[in-house]
Amino acid sequence: MSRPEDQPTGAGSQGIPGPTDRTAGTSTATGQAATPPPSEDRWREAVRAITTGNGLVALLSVLLAVAIGSLLILVTDDAVRETSGYVFSRPGDFFSAAGQAISGAYGSLFRGSIYNSRGADFASQIRPLTETLKFAGPLIMAGLGVGLTFRAGMFNIGGRGQMLLAGAAAGWVGINVDLPFPLHLAAAVLAGMVAGAFWAGIAGVLKARTGAHEVIVTIMLNYVGFYLVFYALSRQSLLQAPGSINPKSLPMQDSAILPDLLGDRFNLHLGFVLALVAVAVVWWVLNRSALGFRFRAVGANPHAARTAGIDVGRTYVLAMLISGALVGLAGANQILGTATSGVTVDLDAGIGFDAITVALLGRSHPLGILGAGLLFGAFKAGGFSMQASEGIPVDIVLVIQSLIVLFIAAPPLVRAMFRLPAQEAK
Amino acid sequence: MQLALREVTKRFGSLVANDRISLTVEGGEIHCLLGENGAGKSTLMNVLYGLYRADEGQIVLDGEVQSFTGPGDAIAAGIGMVHQHFMLVPVFTVAENVMLGNEETGFAGSLDLEAARERVREISARFGFHVDPDAVVGDLPVGVQQRVEIIKVLSRDAKVLVFDEPTAVLTPQETDELMEIMRELRRSGAAIVFITHKLREVREVADRITVIRRGQVVGEAEPSASNAELAAMMVGRPVELTVSKKEPELGAASLVVEGLTVVDPAGLVQVDDISFEVRDGEILAVAGVQGNGQTELTEALLGLQHHVLGSIRLDGRELVGRKVRDVLDAGVGFVPEDRQVDGLVGSFTIAENLMLDRSFGAPFVRAGSLQLSALQEFAEEKLAQYDVRAPGITTPAGNLSGGNQQKVVVARELSRELRLLVAAQPTRGVDVGSIEFIHSQIVATRDAGVPVIVVSTELDEVVALADRIMVLYRGRVVGIVPADTPRQVLGLMMTGEPPTGDVA
Repeated sequence: MSRPEDQPTGAGSQGIPGPTDRTAGTSTATGQAATPPPSEDRWREAVRAITTGNGLVALLSVLLAVAIGSLLILVTDDAVRETSGYVFSRPGDFFSAAGQAISGAYGSLFRGSIYNSRGADFASQIRPLTETLKFAGPLIMAGLGVGLTFRAGMFNIGGRGQMLLAGAAAGWVGINVDLPFPLHLAAAVLAGMVAGAFWAGIAGVLKARTGAHEVIVTIMLNYVGFYLVFYALSRQSLLQAPGSINPKSLPMQDSAILPDLLGDRFNLHLGFVLALVAVAVVWWVLNRSALGFRFRAVGANPHAARTAGIDVGRTYVLAMLISGALVGLAGANQILGTATSGVTVDLDAGIGFDAITVALLGRSHPLGILGAGLLFGAFKAGGFSMQASEGIPVDIVLVIQSLIVLFIAAPPLVRAMFRLPAQEAK
Repeated sequence: MQLALREVTKRFGSLVANDRISLTVEGGEIHCLLGENGAGKSTLMNVLYGLYRADEGQIVLDGEVQSFTGPGDAIAAGIGMVHQHFMLVPVFTVAENVMLGNEETGFAGSLDLEAARERVREISARFGFHVDPDAVVGDLPVGVQQRVEIIKVLSRDAKVLVFDEPTAVLTPQETDELMEIMRELRRSGAAIVFITHKLREVREVADRITVIRRGQVVGEAEPSASNAELAAMMVGRPVELTVSKKEPELGAASLVVEGLTVVDPAGLVQVDDISFEVRDGEILAVAGVQGNGQTELTEALLGLQHHVLGSIRLDGRELVGRKVRDVLDAGVGFVPEDRQVDGLVGSFTIAENLMLDRSFGAPFVRAGSLQLSALQEFAEEKLAQYDVRAPGITTPAGNLSGGNQQKVVVARELSRELRLLVAAQPTRGVDVGSIEFIHSQIVATRDAGVPVIVVSTELDEVVALADRIMVLYRGRVVGIVPADTPRQVLGLMMTGEPPTGDVA
């Protein structure tokens, strides 16, 4: 039984005349009886709504998550807990402790991620911002990769495996190939992108040829990729550093390392610029290229795309290849820029999964992903300083990130909480 | 039982779907609700059935004002609905379907299936339905499935029966049988609301007719009113019911189909050894009840089916085994039967939908890059030329009415250089005004010397457009007959009976 407030949406799909039609001429009849879509289509519709819905819900989801994060900070803060014991006799203590806990937490998050007002000189004051950008780079790259598959109607959950493979490939070139600086770096980056594309392409081909669901394939390939890289790191003939018994490779040669952008005092390297370039390229592909047009057509309605002569399977493979290349770029960015001391099985640093969140928050739009990547970069950079200066567990940042996803996946919940009107009937 | 709707108003946001609609239906009466798609008939019935709450107005049953919060209340009050899309579980038997939602249970919740069987037998006998309570619903013909729906409604002691577009899926003969059932129900004293947009049926069974347009009652009519009068009331202006077309100027037989057989993924033969040809400047209309191979035939023509035997030659070139894109490039235009699934991307703009099957080269793509200015110019032009009523070319296609969506599809397909047009159900769910327009476009294509195949389950449409009629039954050609073949003969052919006499 449906509630009355749900009706506008439901009714729209059943063919209530659209407002625009009422102004049209007398002979225009309006709406039409649409058959209810089969369940598979409804599922795809829901996924599409979650991955490409409107930005306001995304923004409100972040606010809600931060608000709930504040509650968690209060609950876990010792001073707040102590004062809550006598909150009725001396409420002032409680509220000032609560205020301190929250302002301390978010203050240190800010100082750790954007501008450190306590820094001794300008360089150390803006250092947090450069850290944020450094963390944001790979999140944006991988987020673009995941977002691209969303637009083509697929989920790429295999970011971890793709990053590991890409990091290992880029690392191998970075260690073992001898080339002068810009060429060596380019070759290593390219190797990473190709490896990522290959690993994601497997899922694309399997989906196109056999119908195997890419979610399952990419998740499983994460494990395969992990143990493959682990194996390579435990064989001296492959990647393991000579004479070592640890699963770690040699460091990168200098000629393969992404150069620092702002000199030695900052960790920010060329990777962030590559991320910005990737944003521009993906924007062009999605909005201005014939390929992107087909991606979007297949993602929004594969039946119509197929009827219009678009090879849906081929489009799936291409989308996965490009997605994997972008995620691979993030993997290369890690090994050639952020953690150049050698390939390990931890080089993905959780980015493969965070990228899904970034793509969701960015609504699968390149500019949205840029913004979401910057926000999550700030969370990463600031989370550590929050833990160091305020003793608040860094996990709270993870909780906030997870809550953001949760709220984004439940737009009606957010709409109800903020009393937004339900989405316009289609 | 008397049902009265008083000044029922239902709004969706700023939109008034039902505007102070009043209606009275007496027991023992068939009351027709006539209106175009989107006129507000279904909304009104959903209000009556408790699916929507009216913003204003009352539902009165035998003088008592009702307040329904859901279909359960409506059913309890004696209102039953036979839905356009059957609400049956295909793998259940008739008796199981009838008891569903109203299960009689014995000890520890065990189902009393025997009681349900008895109920089915009793109702079947009373109305002459001939329905076996133990038959699995999925195996039954569509017409019988509909009777199961009716039995289901009657088993809840419904006194007011609402039939929502019940004839859309029926053969002419099944339709006649349904009409007989409705008369039988009327004799038993039930109040019947019959929703339709088919004028012929209305005039046949209705005691009273209420015409709805744009959410308002525009008038009542007598069953003796002519088709033209009723259509004019529905649309608000006089309508041409027949398509004006000249004698065909026939050219060469450009499309030759021989021994075409299509096997679906489940291994069932959907199109069985079909052969026919269509000449330049000719419309071949494919008639038949839905599900007799028409869908598979059109999809095979387009290259959308995988297991195809036989041959389809267009201008001497073989199309079987080619990719969809190659078929489109060979000059085949396709209006799919379900435009929302296969014809349009709802979230795409009108402009984007107009280039949907042309994303591989000029004029809209150059060097892999979209030519947005060329597309904009093209879309503006087509919007005007095809009279698509929309705020602009950036309006998402999903927001358009059925008729305007179909005009977008037709505009896209006809704006390519065509050598064959395949139009499946070109006017399904389309308003009368748009039907006229789409028909005239199809005839114009034929007059330009293009062979045209029109697939339709509406006999009216088939007769209006066809130069020749091919009737399909269970994937086979029953016969190919001239356009002036009597309807009774066509109706019989649709049940598999070959025509006697001349064959074209």
